[in-house]
Amino acid sequence: MSGPSVIQASNLTRRFGGLVAVEDYSLDLRERELVGLIGPNGAGKTTAFNLLTGITKLSSGRIVIAGEDMTGRAPNRLAQRGVARTFQNIRLFADLSVLENIMCGGHMRYGSSFFPTILQLPSFRRAEAKIARQARDIAELTDLAAIADRRAGDLSYGDQRRVEIARALAGEPRALLLDEPAAGLNPAETETLVGLIGKINTDLKVAVLVVEHDMHLVMGLCQRIQVLNRGKLIADGTPAEVQSSPAVIEAYLGTRRSAKTHA
Amino acid sequence: MSKNVPEVTRRRSATGLLALAALLGVGAALVYAAQATLSSYVVTLLALMFLNIALAVSLTVTNGFAGLFSLGHPAFMTIGGYIAAVLTYPPARKDFMLPDLPAVLLTNQIPLLPALLAGGIIAAILAFLVGLPVLRLKGHYLAVATLGLIVIVQGLATNWSGLTRGGSGLNGIPRLTDIWWCFGFAALAIYVALRLKFSSLGRAMMATRENAMAAELSGVSTYRVRMLAFVIGAFFAAVAGGLMVHLITVVTPKTYSVVLAFNLIAMVVIGGSGSVFGAVLAAIALTGISEAARPLEESLNLYGLSQVIVALALILVLFFRPNGIMGGAEPRLLRRLF
Ligand SMILES: Nc1ncnc2c1ncn2[C@@H]1O[C@H](COP(=O)(O)OP(=O)(O)OP(=O)(O)O)[C@@H](O)[C@H]1O
Ligand SMILES: [Mg+2]
Repeated sequence: MSGPSVIQASNLTRRFGGLVAVEDYSLDLRERELVGLIGPNGAGKTTAFNLLTGITKLSSGRIVIAGEDMTGRAPNRLAQRGVARTFQNIRLFADLSVLENIMCGGHMRYGSSFFPTILQLPSFRRAEAKIARQARDIAELTDLAAIADRRAGDLSYGDQRRVEIARALAGEPRALLLDEPAAGLNPAETETLVGLIGKINTDLKVAVLVVEHDMHLVMGLCQRIQVLNRGKLIADGTPAEVQSSPAVIEAYLGTRRSAKTHA
Repeated sequence: MSKNVPEVTRRRSATGLLALAALLGVGAALVYAAQATLSSYVVTLLALMFLNIALAVSLTVTNGFAGLFSLGHPAFMTIGGYIAAVLTYPPARKDFMLPDLPAVLLTNQIPLLPALLAGGIIAAILAFLVGLPVLRLKGHYLAVATLGLIVIVQGLATNWSGLTRGGSGLNGIPRLTDIWWCFGFAALAIYVALRLKFSSLGRAMMATRENAMAAELSGVSTYRVRMLAFVIGAFFAAVAGGLMVHLITVVTPKTYSVVLAFNLIAMVVIGGSGSVFGAVLAAIALTGISEAARPLEESLNLYGLSQVIVALALILVLFFRPNGIMGGAEPRLLRRLF
């Protein structure tokens, strides 16, 4: 379980004015690990994702991805280094087809530059063929093949979530960060999703960090769970350890009983 | 699977190339027929229409594919127009029209093609320099910056008299452009735009337009992709400007103004932002409408009528078909060829 580190984040802190959204958050995500990140609403989970993907600037802290210090680098550089993600509020290329969305994910790996494209050089043709083939394979894996030509913006919520995951996979990430992937899905869709995350983790050997409110899903899926509360990490361990941690129980019962504690 | 291009792809690209050549041939035959049968006035009009097509299509790359809101085309056209004009001007005439030119420019004259390229490259460099700070900013800063660029370039053209002869502009520019140049250039613009559109790079541009944050996190450098789209637009605009001044034989600081920027954006929006075919249709339609309105303007003494018609057309399209005539799509035939 403890392969080489994919993401090593140490002491990430982010302040918004007076509010400390994330404070001293650390993560050591290793190859093939499947880690859950939970916490009450407003705990700082999405902000932690934004820090890990470079969208939000760090107030302090350090991020190493696959052995390279990526602190302060542009988000596309972090993505190229192997961090992919999906969004809590879905962000698709709405006017492009499902397949085109996935192909966009492959651009950074195989896409040609301007002159090879315009001159239709053999390298360009090979790249396009590779990108298209890869996208079709991923569409197959994510159960999107049948709707590959549909406009992404027209799809149902559940399908859109899968397109986001598929697009992320096309970038051949080392780590995939999923922000509430089951939100808004019905039980059947959730079950499919759990299967897909498992496949991504074991078959494609991608490390996964998943934010999810559905405790049943998180406890069943993850080998390790981190708990954030008011920006701070209050627990980091196996599902059993986390569930019996007094700090966690306090955080969930103390702040809001509505946190969906299905477990 | 094989590492090389699959046989099917290669065969398809061969027939595709043939079909493209056929399409170009049909276009050329039409141009030839037009030249043989129509008055020189109408032929010039058609040439201008081809240039409008090239301009609208290149703006489709910048504004349609990459989702930038550039108003800069007139500025780049002015630059390309002046540079090409000064470079092709006969030295004998430069002596009294532009006596203050630097010696190299005063005594030398170069053919149209390199003069066009010079204008295009300088405009592309300028676009790059403008883009460096502006494309890092969000939203519509580019609109403001390129609007400013139009004003600055006009100011330069007016006041840098040694190079431009000031407000009176340059006239008697050799008529080196004909309908063939314009046809060829429009074909080139369409070709480049469609090649881009149906490529990974073009999809990266459209991804940036659709959702910049998601594009960035898919590993696309939105900054570089926007820069490329902006620079391509500037290059084509400047070359079109160079061609145009050698067709109408004059250029003044006011020849290409904000009104033109508005007309070009109207073409892109009416055609359907991101649709090359739509931009071509809209360019043809708006060129035709403006021309048809001209006699009306003169007889009714209603100058600016064509402008009103363009604006009305834009509003109507936005109202009834907010995504333009074509949406972002191309006809199936084009999709199959590219
Ligand atoms: N850009 C921002 N500016 C100011 N405050 C912010 C910003 N982004 C997040 N916050 C604040 O930071 C805190 C953490 O928000 P965050 O979205 O990270 O929580 P979360 O754990 O993802 O919550 P949820 O479960 O509701 O998605 C919240 O109080 C939020 O209001
Ligand atoms: Mg969140």
